[in-house]
Amino acid sequence: MSHTGVMPMTPVRSRSFHRFYDINGWCFVLGSLTLVMLFMIYPIINSLWLSLHSGKGVIVQFVGFGNITRLMHDPVFITALTNTLIFLIVQVPLMILLSLATASCLNSPNVKFRSLFRMAIFLPCVTSLVAYSILFKSMFGYDGIVNSALMTIGLIEHPIAWLTDPFWAKVTIILAITWRWTGYNMIFYLAAMQNIDKSIYEAAKLEGVTPVQTFFNITVPLLKPVILFTSVMSTIGTLQLFDEAMNITNGGPANSTLTLSMYIYNLSFKFVPNFGYAATVSYVIVFFAAALALVQFKFVQDKK
Amino acid sequence: MMATNVSKQKVYQGLMYLFLVLIAFVSLFPFFWMVVSSTNTTADINQGKLSFGTALFDNLAKLSQAVDLPLIFWNTTKVSLLGTFLTLAIASLAGYGFEIYQSKLRDKVYNLLLLTMMIPFAALMIPLFTMMAKANLLDTHWAVVLPSIASVYIIFYFRQCTKAFPKELLDAARVDGVSEWRIFVYVFFPVMRSTYAAAFIITFMANWNNFLWPLIVLQSPETKTINLVLSSLSSAYFPDFGVVMVGTVVATLPTIAVFFAMQKQFVQGMVGSVK
Repeated sequence: MSHTGVMPMTPVRSRSFHRFYDINGWCFVLGSLTLVMLFMIYPIINSLWLSLHSGKGVIVQFVGFGNITRLMHDPVFITALTNTLIFLIVQVPLMILLSLATASCLNSPNVKFRSLFRMAIFLPCVTSLVAYSILFKSMFGYDGIVNSALMTIGLIEHPIAWLTDPFWAKVTIILAITWRWTGYNMIFYLAAMQNIDKSIYEAAKLEGVTPVQTFFNITVPLLKPVILFTSVMSTIGTLQLFDEAMNITNGGPANSTLTLSMYIYNLSFKFVPNFGYAATVSYVIVFFAAALALVQFKFVQDKK
Repeated sequence: MMATNVSKQKVYQGLMYLFLVLIAFVSLFPFFWMVVSSTNTTADINQGKLSFGTALFDNLAKLSQAVDLPLIFWNTTKVSLLGTFLTLAIASLAGYGFEIYQSKLRDKVYNLLLLTMMIPFAALMIPLFTMMAKANLLDTHWAVVLPSIASVYIIFYFRQCTKAFPKELLDAARVDGVSEWRIFVYVFFPVMRSTYAAAFIITFMANWNNFLWPLIVLQSPETKTINLVLSSLSSAYFPDFGVVMVGTVVATLPTIAVFFAMQKQFVQGMVGSVK
């Protein structure tokens, strides 16, 4: 591409055309650029500035890195961070494996009712996060349908306190998120699998490779870019987890499902607002999102 | 040898179907539960009753008593549609602009835009809230709509799709002396209708399902959207699940309807940008 910035297919034209072309280019993108500057770039910088301040309500003073020191000694923050990371570490790999397994089942050549299965598994994605959270809350009650079903098949003897036990409350949230997003990720994998040459699978089958081996040695390596994309997106999503924790367990019991986003919300809009400190917590999410994305990119590159 | 191979394959096939049926069942069951529960009383729901009851109209009546359902529904529709149309208009212009008028500088700006997709919303919400407060927009629907228009994902999607736009049409129109803006409106838009449809669905769903931001900026009952109402109804100490379930059905029906009507475009909109 030449320095004038004209696409190769455009015939060489006068200098005034170049200017006309360039001005048009800026005009078309101007609206979006303004909006992104106003509603994303400015706020993220402003957030950084806020994070250097502290105070209740409107009485705010500059504290520099004081908020970071405060973070380290804030047990609620530590709990929220730990919870969020537990959700992340358990839920994202679980969901990606499940989505991959489902996608490769649906991609095998002689599956019957393929589109029916695909539609059923994808359907959870159309529910709003609030709506499905409420569904899960109503199903996982102590006398609820999940416990009575599990007891009927004999998997458990006594009902599980899904919503009121710190450990099981986390499990409920993880199950809920997995239910909502497995089909979503599956669609990405299915689309990518369509591009894999079918003859590779034929050859593997003739060689007597088992389906499980085929999955780990052929499918997964070939899908690496899509897996990277979905895992980065899921990581960012889970780091921001809010709707489910708020609507299924409301952060409880005893903060055992409190997430970073919920803590930020509480600090800013529920307690006496301390926007500066809340902004510092929000930068913890930014930090983890960036760091984990980098790690994931590196991981994929090294394995190539 | 052959025989064992064949039987082995049968076992794998069986396991695969078992797995698929199980996953499909788990995926669909909550929907069944939602519909059944909307016809049951809260006591029955808490007991895990799995058959249809007779409390549907009773639940609906109680819900209408608790909230102004038509108004809430209208608020949600208004916010979602307005946000979606504005997003599509502005983001498609940008996607087209970045792809058709390429320049090194604009490509750099574009890459910077893509990077902003990684910014978590939690880090934006406090400055956005103060901004809306200063602009006197708190508790108005504009406060919900405005930040949602800045959708980098949709810009990205339109740019990816513009790559498939036949450039001969563009050249032909230019030769005919059609102005650049008219080319966008009269040539690009009609040709890319299916791209717009796909972008419409994903944006509409995202707006309809939005929760955290409306929760922060909408305060009075007259401005609230359906998710906010559902959330507050279900967060009561003893939630009246029968009532909440009817509300959940009402909140979910539009998105399910859109999904079934335009399933193909929906999937295309999700995946199209990655391909």
